[in-house]
Amino acid sequence: MTAEPVIVINGVSRLYPVSSGSFAALSDIELTIAAGEFSGLVGPSGSGKTTLLNLIGSLDAPTSGEIIVLGQKVQELDARGAARLRRDQLGFIFQTYNLLPVYTVFENVEFPLLLLQMERQKRRDAVMDILERVGLADRAGSRPAQLSGGECQRVAIARAMVKHPSLVLADEPTANLDADNSHRILQTMLTLNRDLGTTFLFATHDDKVIQYLRRVIVLFDGRIAQDEVRDETAVSAGTPGGYF
Amino acid sequence: MILKLALRNLWGAGVRTWLNAIVLSLSFFTIIWSQGVYHGMQVDATRNMIAMELGGGQYRHPDWDPYDPLTLPEAHGAIPAPLQKLIVADKAVALLLAQGTIYPDGRPQAVLLKGIAPEQQILELPPIAPAAQPGQIPVMIGREMSESLELGVGELLTLRWRDHTGAFDAREFLITTVFSSSVPTIDRGHIWLRLADLQVMLSAPGIATLVVVSPEMTGTQLETDWVFRSQDYLLADLRAMVRSKSAGAAIMYALLLFLALIAVFDTQVLSLFRRRREMGTLMALGLTRGALIRLFTLEGALHGVLAGLLALVYGWPIVYWTAVTGFALPQASQDFQFAIGDRLYPVYTLELVLVTTLLVLVTVTIVSYLPTRRISHLNPVDALRGRRS
Repeated sequence: MTAEPVIVINGVSRLYPVSSGSFAALSDIELTIAAGEFSGLVGPSGSGKTTLLNLIGSLDAPTSGEIIVLGQKVQELDARGAARLRRDQLGFIFQTYNLLPVYTVFENVEFPLLLLQMERQKRRDAVMDILERVGLADRAGSRPAQLSGGECQRVAIARAMVKHPSLVLADEPTANLDADNSHRILQTMLTLNRDLGTTFLFATHDDKVIQYLRRVIVLFDGRIAQDEVRDETAVSAGTPGGYF
Repeated sequence: MILKLALRNLWGAGVRTWLNAIVLSLSFFTIIWSQGVYHGMQVDATRNMIAMELGGGQYRHPDWDPYDPLTLPEAHGAIPAPLQKLIVADKAVALLLAQGTIYPDGRPQAVLLKGIAPEQQILELPPIAPAAQPGQIPVMIGREMSESLELGVGELLTLRWRDHTGAFDAREFLITTVFSSSVPTIDRGHIWLRLADLQVMLSAPGIATLVVVSPEMTGTQLETDWVFRSQDYLLADLRAMVRSKSAGAAIMYALLLFLALIAVFDTQVLSLFRRRREMGTLMALGLTRGALIRLFTLEGALHGVLAGLLALVYGWPIVYWTAVTGFALPQASQDFQFAIGDRLYPVYTLELVLVTTLLVLVTVTIVSYLPTRRISHLNPVDALRGRRS
């Protein structure tokens, strides 16, 4: 049985104006991501990974083509509709964690639930549950400045996951972490993917991440150069694959 | 939710928030305190002037123009019957005004002679004590007049005046009473005599220049050819003077408020610059631009609320203490030309506090909103990278 597609991308291009005309960050992208995938957009810097992730996350709009995320055409959403999609269905994990510095760990993780106007006790239970999962329940009262990089990224994962989104978009989540922390973070995300069935889509050029991916979509110069579904043996062996 | 987030952000900003709130609270306190002082001046001066000079209004001889001293020799006549009835009923008092000249240190000085019935109860003036020696005419002067003339009780004063027919006359008078008053217009340049004495001096018995009615008669107007001047009319100059002094002071506190608002504006601009990545994150998490504008505006506006609370904490005891005990005024305050006493009691009204609070909150909200309008052009991708759109 084929899983429902979470993301459908048809002929998407993204052009940026430059002095000599326009620069194509993405050209004619065709892609479908099914529910429950643990996949990644892989490629060198400037290949268009983050641009594609932003388009999928409705943070940006394509110049042409069609992006359907969870049944909604992103390019047709107005600012309010796009914000609603992000608020209700999407989780974001950033390279630089992007935690709110004046909030505690608990408050950072609680934030998406506040936007959903969830009632207080449910919020508290959900936050503590996800903090347990990422192993930070004992740091709930700490502020981001008091945490290590690995801990900050685990808070960011908890924040992305707390509302049980259908899709998590992770942009270079391990770029600022050492090997140990990277593996711990990826194990956490893999467990959440397995336990909750959340779809994960990474943008990365980090071998440590690539070796965990079940599907690797290689981007080069704004085009999909390779799209490989890896077998469990390769994933278990932790082989990076040497894609670029 | 926005309020909750704004409060968290405000609290989390720590020292920056407190510095803004302290500066703003100082303006808050200064505005309320200084306006309370001016209001206190007006209340005090009004009360004193009503009690000692104006009563519930005045009926003036039609020929008398208080701004033209040349009208004085002609500006008196028989008291109209309706007013005479009030005087008999102890609801009014007649005053006779005339010009005179005294000679302190041999130099002539114009004075206003005021005749008043010594037993009257309408104005809070002390009775003119009788002279010890028969044949002497007792007079009363104010403390300020006494100090400027360097003359006190028991000393003689040479006075020249013109009687009803225009003939000059002069004699020595005995100062029997020196009274304290906070109303300069009944003290400086004034010599008070018994009404009967002044009428004799002017060779015109039964005449007066004006009749002051008691405060309880405020609002009542009698049919007479004498010109009625209401309490409001008589207090208009005082109120205008207080307004002008109050407006002068307003420049100072407007300046202070302006500085405080600049601090808030600066904080907002700095926030928009420094917290660009945070804004991008909030948008990625699902906050709309409108909500983001509301959040940042509210954060700024809450500085005003915090300032109000701070001002309440340290300002209320000061305000309460000064309102109850008052504070001594320096000698120079006599130059204010206000009928205020030696101690001033500021008066803080609910209206003053509410209007000031509203003023501070509205201006802080506007100042907070102005920089946040830029958010409406914010691109979330650029914001996440910490770049300007």
